[in-house]
Amino acid sequence: MHHPNQRAQFERTVLPHLDAAYNLARWLLRNDADAHDVTQEACVRAYRFFDGFHGGNAKTWLLTIVRHACYTWLKQHRAERLTMAFDEQQHSSESSGPAAGNTPFSASPETLFLQAADRRLLQRYLEELPLEFREALVLRELEGLSYKEISAVMDVPIGTVMSRLARGRSLLQQQLTGHSERET
Amino acid sequence: MDCQRVLSLMDGYHDHELDLTTQLAVEQHLANCPACHAISQRQQALSAALAAQARYHRAPPALAAGVQSALDKIDAASGTNLRQIPRWLSLAASVAFAALVGSGVTYWLTGSSQEELLTQEVIASHVRAQMVAGRLTDVSSSDSHTVKPWFNGKLDFAPPVLDLTTQGFALVGGRLEYLANRPVAALVYRHRQHLIHLYVWPATDRPNIAPHALTRQGYQVIYWSDATMHYWAISDLNADALTSFSQRIQEQTTAEPTKRRLPTPEDLR
Repeated sequence: MHHPNQRAQFERTVLPHLDAAYNLARWLLRNDADAHDVTQEACVRAYRFFDGFHGGNAKTWLLTIVRHACYTWLKQHRAERLTMAFDEQQHSSESSGPAAGNTPFSASPETLFLQAADRRLLQRYLEELPLEFREALVLRELEGLSYKEISAVMDVPIGTVMSRLARGRSLLQQQLTGHSERET
Repeated sequence: MDCQRVLSLMDGYHDHELDLTTQLAVEQHLANCPACHAISQRQQALSAALAAQARYHRAPPALAAGVQSALDKIDAASGTNLRQIPRWLSLAASVAFAALVGSGVTYWLTGSSQEELLTQEVIASHVRAQMVAGRLTDVSSSDSHTVKPWFNGKLDFAPPVLDLTTQGFALVGGRLEYLANRPVAALVYRHRQHLIHLYVWPATDRPNIAPHALTRQGYQVIYWSDATMHYWAISDLNADALTSFSQRIQEQTTAEPTKRRLPTPEDLR
């Protein structure tokens, strides 16, 4: 079935994205061993279906397969509620309109943030985000994918990509500012 | 454009996903609206914090090895007898690969803080060069035959200056820069509206480092070295575009070997 050339081609076009694949799986599954197994399984799957890959973006192609494998794993293990599991009560903000922005124009919001956002906290808050916001943020902020690429990987329209990023970021910001307020 | 509309476009604005007219309209609004401006700044700070602090989980070496042996099994099962002849070869290759990954990991562990320092130097240089008018290039030309000789007598090595115009990366010029405690060649390329810096200096200390990509503060950085030179490429381009740039450079620098500098007494110690 597989010509030796095909193996070489797979190694050249798809396997360079192994880091991206593992990073996505690790953020979705939140566990090293599971991410390892699921990524490996997804690569095997990608290799089996490599005949069906006719050029194009190998990275989004692999990430789509990895994401699918992660969702399957999560469903089987019921480790995560796939629906919005965020405590809206606790984390909902007043409307995020400009009137609600209580940061004064002159204060540097950057400093506020970066002080509060030490690595562990930011890491934890991102890990705790509901799945659909977390994956959008990881693909955008850590992987640097374009909206079009994210839309291909997550299989949703570009408008949905944008609204998930917006929601995810605003949840993260609430967490971070909430934390800095508690601290002071 | 009113606040509500601007807020709905804020993410697209930050991710550079809006068309130019809308991008400019948002920008104009932000310049005049303190409330929206503050929100925009927070967003920017969040992205910077995520890029700098959220962990990028790289595939562990065992995963790469695991994938290879899983693929071997598939090839064997699908009865490609051709595969069986070079089996020992592929084993040798995977041992070599593991050694390579292993050495990379050692380098990463011992060199990680050094790498981080250099990354920060590279980012600072890239940003600073664009902040001050006239700082970007000492020699401005899209002609590699003008830029390359300019370095003669200014550096103790001849950096490769490549013409990548046909691949979409136009040469803008070059200048001297001081990085990693030595003078280096800074080459400036442009891809659409994005500037790319390629820093080059001799790799006598750590030759043949495989390409390594990083994201810091929203910038993409890729570095590698061949037998003779270190290369650090940085841009605000997306990772794929910068990877493609660095691959073009890698292809052409191996095709056109660079001159080694003469050995110095330090090298002989």
